[in-house]
Amino acid sequence: MSGINRRTMLTVLGTAPVAAAVSFTPGTVQAYVAARAQAAQPYQRRFFTDREDATIRALADMIIPRDGRSGSATDSGAHEFIDYIVAEQPDRQTPMRGGLVWLDSECRRRFDKAFLECADAERRQVLDDIAYPAKARPEMSHGVRFFTSLRDLVAAGFWSSRMGVDDLGYTGNRPTVWEGPPREVLEKLGLA
Amino acid sequence: MQIIRSPKVYDVCIVGSGAGGGTTAKVLTEAGADVVMLEGGPMWDSATDSAMFAWNYESPTRGWGGDRKPFGVYDGCLGGWDIEGEPYTVGRGAWRWFRGRMLGGRTHHWGRISLRFGPDDFRRRSIDGLGDDWPVTYDEMKPYYDKLDSFVGIFGTNHARETGLHNEPDGVFQPPPAPRAHELLIKRACDRMKIPVVPSRLSILTQSINGRPACHYCGQCGRGCSTHSNFSSVSVMLPPALQTGRLTIVANAMAREVTVGADGLATGVSYIDTQSNTEHQIRARVVVLAASCCESARLLLNSKSTLFPDGLANSSGVVGRYLTDSTGLSVSGFVPTLLDTPRYNSDGTGGMHLYIPWWGDNAALGFPRGYHVELGGGFGMPGYGFSGGIHNFPMSQGGGYGASLKEEYRRYYGAFVNFAGRGEQVAREDCYCEIDPNVTDRWGIPVLRFNHTWSDHERLQAKHMQETFRSIITEMGGTPMGTMPGPNQDYGLAVGGLIIHEAGATRMGNDPKTSVLNSHCQAHDVKNLFVADGGPFVSQADKNLTWTIMALAWRTAEYLADERRKGSL
Repeated sequence: MSGINRRTMLTVLGTAPVAAAVSFTPGTVQAYVAARAQAAQPYQRRFFTDREDATIRALADMIIPRDGRSGSATDSGAHEFIDYIVAEQPDRQTPMRGGLVWLDSECRRRFDKAFLECADAERRQVLDDIAYPAKARPEMSHGVRFFTSLRDLVAAGFWSSRMGVDDLGYTGNRPTVWEGPPREVLEKLGLA
Repeated sequence: MQIIRSPKVYDVCIVGSGAGGGTTAKVLTEAGADVVMLEGGPMWDSATDSAMFAWNYESPTRGWGGDRKPFGVYDGCLGGWDIEGEPYTVGRGAWRWFRGRMLGGRTHHWGRISLRFGPDDFRRRSIDGLGDDWPVTYDEMKPYYDKLDSFVGIFGTNHARETGLHNEPDGVFQPPPAPRAHELLIKRACDRMKIPVVPSRLSILTQSINGRPACHYCGQCGRGCSTHSNFSSVSVMLPPALQTGRLTIVANAMAREVTVGADGLATGVSYIDTQSNTEHQIRARVVVLAASCCESARLLLNSKSTLFPDGLANSSGVVGRYLTDSTGLSVSGFVPTLLDTPRYNSDGTGGMHLYIPWWGDNAALGFPRGYHVELGGGFGMPGYGFSGGIHNFPMSQGGGYGASLKEEYRRYYGAFVNFAGRGEQVAREDCYCEIDPNVTDRWGIPVLRFNHTWSDHERLQAKHMQETFRSIITEMGGTPMGTMPGPNQDYGLAVGGLIIHEAGATRMGNDPKTSVLNSHCQAHDVKNLFVADGGPFVSQADKNLTWTIMALAWRTAEYLADERRKGSL
């Protein structure tokens, strides 16, 4: 293929609206279609109650807060992903729901109020005891299990969002010309 | 139920539209045959049906596909491990079975890793006394591999010349893409360990060929390629066959059995139309089964008649026997050198640019057959499961939350490498599939029951993989993730079938008492019946199957066309 044709093809690929180029046969990528439909309207929660959702959102933003480079977990919509995936994966439902209750019980035991009513320092005191599995006291094991699972979900939700992808600097999934890693990468790795 | 019979008698009926079926259809239609092809799933067109360039954040599951799409919501392959209404069962041992249900079959699934077998791979018994030799030699196969390379397009280099490994023969290659940064780091460590790391061989175009443009390097081959720049049966084999005007494709046609006449010859195939749930019969002068290794065996075993009480082409009792899968296990490692690597688009082609062919001397090792190693790493598209288990990452704070954790996610992105071993199982008669006497699928077709176990040949090979991958990671200054599984866990060896390289269930051979097919993949018992998938394989090799499935199908189809010309079929 000549250089001109190659450039022409890349131009076509780069400008064609993806939605128009993609159609689906029966049974194909149904969730993708659902997502496109959903993109146009606000997310309808499927699993968590209002109160559970509020706790999930508070925890999510403590796990991934806003900083100078990007927004917080809930800014990216991670809580909506978590609700959707827990609704889709029944095995997660009881541990997630039970974990939220465990957290409120632990907060009541220590501070006589639920997690959402606790002050930031009080919340952190509990999280510090369940956020480091290797260091946590054995009696915290159920809280550790819940928080570990939630942290993974928050991370998946945040970093796979458009905001997270931009923050990470992932620049693929588009037509390009492959020339291998740039010189600065090879130099950093001692491969130049 | 009334059976709807086609009035027309086709020259050839091909069951299956994947690697073997697609190749057979191309060669036969171009040789002038009038061909009908049955496909169990729906039609599918790479140009319009692939999810190319979609983002994980456009899916509410961020790419997770559940049971319906086990390789991700955008994966181009319809089908799966568990298909509603199409069960299979397991007798002795364990087995998993991934099935494609769409035009093009599992050519939509595979990694385009296109490793032609070497001379040794056709004569393992002569080398180590295990299994059997093929009734075909590498020299007989070479012209078909060359035709395939030239027609389909594949990048790679001459390993034999680079490494001295005589069992990695040269091919007709396009230039390989430049290696990624992590691949070069792996190679640097392996060079010190005398382990060869060479350009991979993928059927993805780096140069335009036959009207198909070169790859645009979006890295998402698994979704199906709208520009036909990678191989799938739909993108490459079926268009020229359709262009002849001599190929009729019947989709949603679930084959039930091969029909047989009083003379003991195949007369066609009966199938269920899955949309209308009606039974049909296609008539043809020749039948080619390319339904996938186990589905073709199932069809033969289900084609019972007074002439063939044990199933068609099964006077040897060998149909379903000698079933193998590639051995497989993966080890990933954290490599501190890669922390804070400047970002670059490392997508490249949809697969590794460098890999490790089998380099060991089995005579000096405690196991008879080798494996190749598929390399992974780089800055992948973030999606479901991203950085899961960060609390276990070496040198991390061990979990936590807040600003420091957020920064940790950024630093660890791209700092892992992965090694996936894919090796050869020694074929054994006691690894087999059979008809389960008690279970049918939703179409009333009796299903397969699998019996599959590993032997110490595979377990010791897996041990070698584990030790090798871990020592490469250590040599890179990294830390292997997870502790090495011990002998009680088969050293981490994947359950049979999980690598999706089933082979051998209708094996070839010169002796009709110990094989199903002759050296032209023609049934010993039924001369107008052929098999053109992984079933004819006598052994697995330490290489992926697809290129050999297609080279063999090409050879079978040319033989078939010659026989038709001579009037003997």
